[in-house]
Amino acid sequence: MEIRVQDIRKEFSRYPALNDVSLDIRSGELIALLGPSGSGKTTLLRLIAGLETPTAGRIFFGDEDASSKSVQERNVGFVFQAYALFRNMNVLENIMFGLKVRPRATRPPAAEIRRRALELLDLVQLSGLDKRFPQQLSGGQRQRVALARALAIEPRVLLLDEPFGALDAMVRKELRKWLREIHDRTGHTTVFVTHDQEEALELADRLVVMSQGKIEQVGTPDEVYDTPSNPFVFGFIGESSALPVTVENRELWVGGRAIGLPAPHDATGDARLFFRPHDVELVEDGAALAGVVAAARRVGGTRRVELEIGGYPDRIEIDLPFDHPAGEKTRIAFRPKRWRLFEGKTGQ
Amino acid sequence: MKPSVIPGFGLTLGYTLAYLSLIVLIPVIALFLKAATTPLDKIIQIATSRRTLAALEVSFGSSLLAAVVNVVFGVIIAWVLVRYKFWGRRLLDAIVDLPFALPTAVAGIALSSLYAPKGWIGSLFAPAGALNEWIAAQTWLPFGLSEFQLSWKIAYTPTGIVIALIFIGLPFVVRTVQPVLEEFEQELEEAAATLGANRWQTITRVMLPRLTPAILTGFALAFARAVGEYGSVIFIAGNLPNVSEIAPLLIVIKLEEFDQAGASVIAGIMLLIAFAMLLVINLIQAWSRRRYGNV
Amino acid sequence: MSDREGAVYDSRRPPQPADQHTRPTTERPWVKWTLIGIAFAFMALIVLLPLVIVFVEALKKGLDTYLASFGDRQSLAAIQLTLLVAAISVPLNLVFGVMAAWCVAKYEFWGKSFLTTLIDLPFSVSPVVSGLVYVLLFGAQGWFGPFLKANNIEIIFAVPGIVLATVFVTFPFIARELIPLMQEQGNTDEEAAISLGATGWQTFWRVTLPNIRWGLLYGVLLCNARAMGEFGAVSVVSGHIRGKTTTMPLDIEILYNEYNFTAAFAIASLLAALALLTLIFKTILELRFGDALAGSRRH
Repeated sequence: MEIRVQDIRKEFSRYPALNDVSLDIRSGELIALLGPSGSGKTTLLRLIAGLETPTAGRIFFGDEDASSKSVQERNVGFVFQAYALFRNMNVLENIMFGLKVRPRATRPPAAEIRRRALELLDLVQLSGLDKRFPQQLSGGQRQRVALARALAIEPRVLLLDEPFGALDAMVRKELRKWLREIHDRTGHTTVFVTHDQEEALELADRLVVMSQGKIEQVGTPDEVYDTPSNPFVFGFIGESSALPVTVENRELWVGGRAIGLPAPHDATGDARLFFRPHDVELVEDGAALAGVVAAARRVGGTRRVELEIGGYPDRIEIDLPFDHPAGEKTRIAFRPKRWRLFEGKTGQ
Repeated sequence: MKPSVIPGFGLTLGYTLAYLSLIVLIPVIALFLKAATTPLDKIIQIATSRRTLAALEVSFGSSLLAAVVNVVFGVIIAWVLVRYKFWGRRLLDAIVDLPFALPTAVAGIALSSLYAPKGWIGSLFAPAGALNEWIAAQTWLPFGLSEFQLSWKIAYTPTGIVIALIFIGLPFVVRTVQPVLEEFEQELEEAAATLGANRWQTITRVMLPRLTPAILTGFALAFARAVGEYGSVIFIAGNLPNVSEIAPLLIVIKLEEFDQAGASVIAGIMLLIAFAMLLVINLIQAWSRRRYGNV
Repeated sequence: MSDREGAVYDSRRPPQPADQHTRPTTERPWVKWTLIGIAFAFMALIVLLPLVIVFVEALKKGLDTYLASFGDRQSLAAIQLTLLVAAISVPLNLVFGVMAAWCVAKYEFWGKSFLTTLIDLPFSVSPVVSGLVYVLLFGAQGWFGPFLKANNIEIIFAVPGIVLATVFVTFPFIARELIPLMQEQGNTDEEAAISLGATGWQTFWRVTLPNIRWGLLYGVLLCNARAMGEFGAVSVVSGHIRGKTTTMPLDIEILYNEYNFTAAFAIASLLAALALLTLIFKTILELRFGDALAGSRRH
């Protein structure tokens, strides 16, 4: 089921939570809504589900305008951050709930409901726990039950709100892999909300990066990581260093010195240079960025150093091989291998 | 006791126990001793006399009825207070406590004059009352319905007792259900909705089961309070022996007749039932804690 | 991003009726307004009207008659006695309430739940029984009756008995208000104070008391309202000697049974006003210090 979000706007008591957002979600894809808190990602997910009504705009499920449909009619599987399992029902009753509440005409026979629920319990690898109550399960198990319950109604789309937010790191990694497997097996169009970029990059087919009620960029993990379309995305996804430069004579200048990078266009003026700390090459001679090591620390297999670049108040971070002999006050010259330039002093 | 750095355990526990013993424990024990020193055949005779049985029946029957009414309306009021924003909500919330703060004697005379045959409400239902006049004026009604005449005496009958008991029991249901409803996670309702449940299904299958312990507790509290209620009832009840005489009144009458044994036996029965109610309330709460993690 | 071509619509169109499907967590408007209507109607009929009629009946024969009701010497004596009884029993129960709350909220010990059940007892005991137990102890035929008579001490049919019965009926109020509040606040503040070298008394006066003061105030107000309004228990021990052992509620009963309705309702209007004041105080406290009254929902 493909989903089209068209110019959706949502205001909460005059405060805009989403500003004319449009998004196409392809059938069968696993897509992540990623952004800091307050970016509107959860609001967008709830609008798709029908848990909120948009102030303006429409949402299409396939060719059908779902905007005026109630949650019940939309037939979406929603997994809540805190799971929202019914504590007065055991695991099996939780999973069967969605089928049991159907009107008699479309309700499968009781035996069939039970069979399907048990099947789903098997799918989420919880066979044998059908009689347990939610409060007798671990966080990871509750998450699986919540997913099975959402899948039981054969949803047209699966929506997950911070699905791993409440779990500890180990369980989170394991469930991430497992969710990918389930998705590949069942083929549901799946949208999940996360603020964890690592999770989004690893799991999703495509990412939707959001901030302040707007979509900043949509693309595959590679696209978003390698070619961020604006400073926000560059800063939010992965690690980045940025410093102000001037563009003149089709070259970039810092503090009156050319740094050996060609400007991508003819324009002249202030700009902001973005690059990844690990995407640099050290150079012995020629035009380059140069700075003095102010601090260094070991990060995994590399050495992260903070450089002071003449005349620029903020420090710049780059990665060096861990056995690089640089110590404090050592002068280092480098050039970013891959970088992007955003116009204006702030890069906006 | 678990070790604690906070001082005062001995003092506060000692004081509490001493005070409770003086004020509650010793007098209550005295009551049971009095009842127990009465010869057994006399106890049985008092307990099974027609008047005692009738009084207990009136007390428990009307309390049960009032508690049921209170559960229905108390849940509606708690629901309205928690779930809806509307003009006058704070006022409504505040006056829920009125039966709790208003002295029972005041409530008694007020209810009795309201529901008396000449009172504001009582006159509506009385023969030749406002409602009847109105019905009689509807001559267009077919089948001679306009000749139908209400005659419902509320005050000075068992109906009046039930009205008074509804009055005093209401806050107990509202105030036990309200906090539980306030803490109810709306995500659960949303989850039910995404799974296709309509509002009625969500309320009956997801919400009510979670509210049940609170509703039962409120019911038990309202019932227990109603059984022992005296002040607000005696003015409106009519106090006809065997018909509208409540058990607490019978105790007072026995006492005025210097029949301490009789008073003690009936009081003992009522105390035992009060203890049983307390036990039931505690069991409900323990069960609910086990089942749902909290009350 | 979205393919805008071909989509003919106005994203700013006013919401259409179909858009206004009710939120999944609320009811349809007609259900909502019906329920609100039921709530108001029920409250008006059962709770509000009785309050209104107290004042209506009291003022029925004009303000002069109303005020004259308080000039009656026996009614004045009843008002005085009521104030006296409250002035004795409320402080007693205040000390007990704080002590009991401290001991129940701050410590874990064997038998604690039994203790809290005992504190709740007057809620489920008939006020008549509460009065009766003292008659059985101190009455003429009671356990201590002969002893009291020999020493010329009057308890039953006298002020001490009325105070005892009032204390019995009202002692849970302050404790019940404080226990949940102190349990919610936990022990950390006190432990911090102790670790900084404060004594137990200093900790109580400077740390605990400021934390619980609004809950305590509400508990006192409620306890006072109940103490002044108690009827059943007091009725059993008082003996109804007009002008001597009748409190305001008992005076109301006597006047009412004498068909002196205006005077009965006049006295009643004072107690009703007290109840109203208590509720207004409670509402103000809840609005301003909602957090400091956490336990106020439970009675």
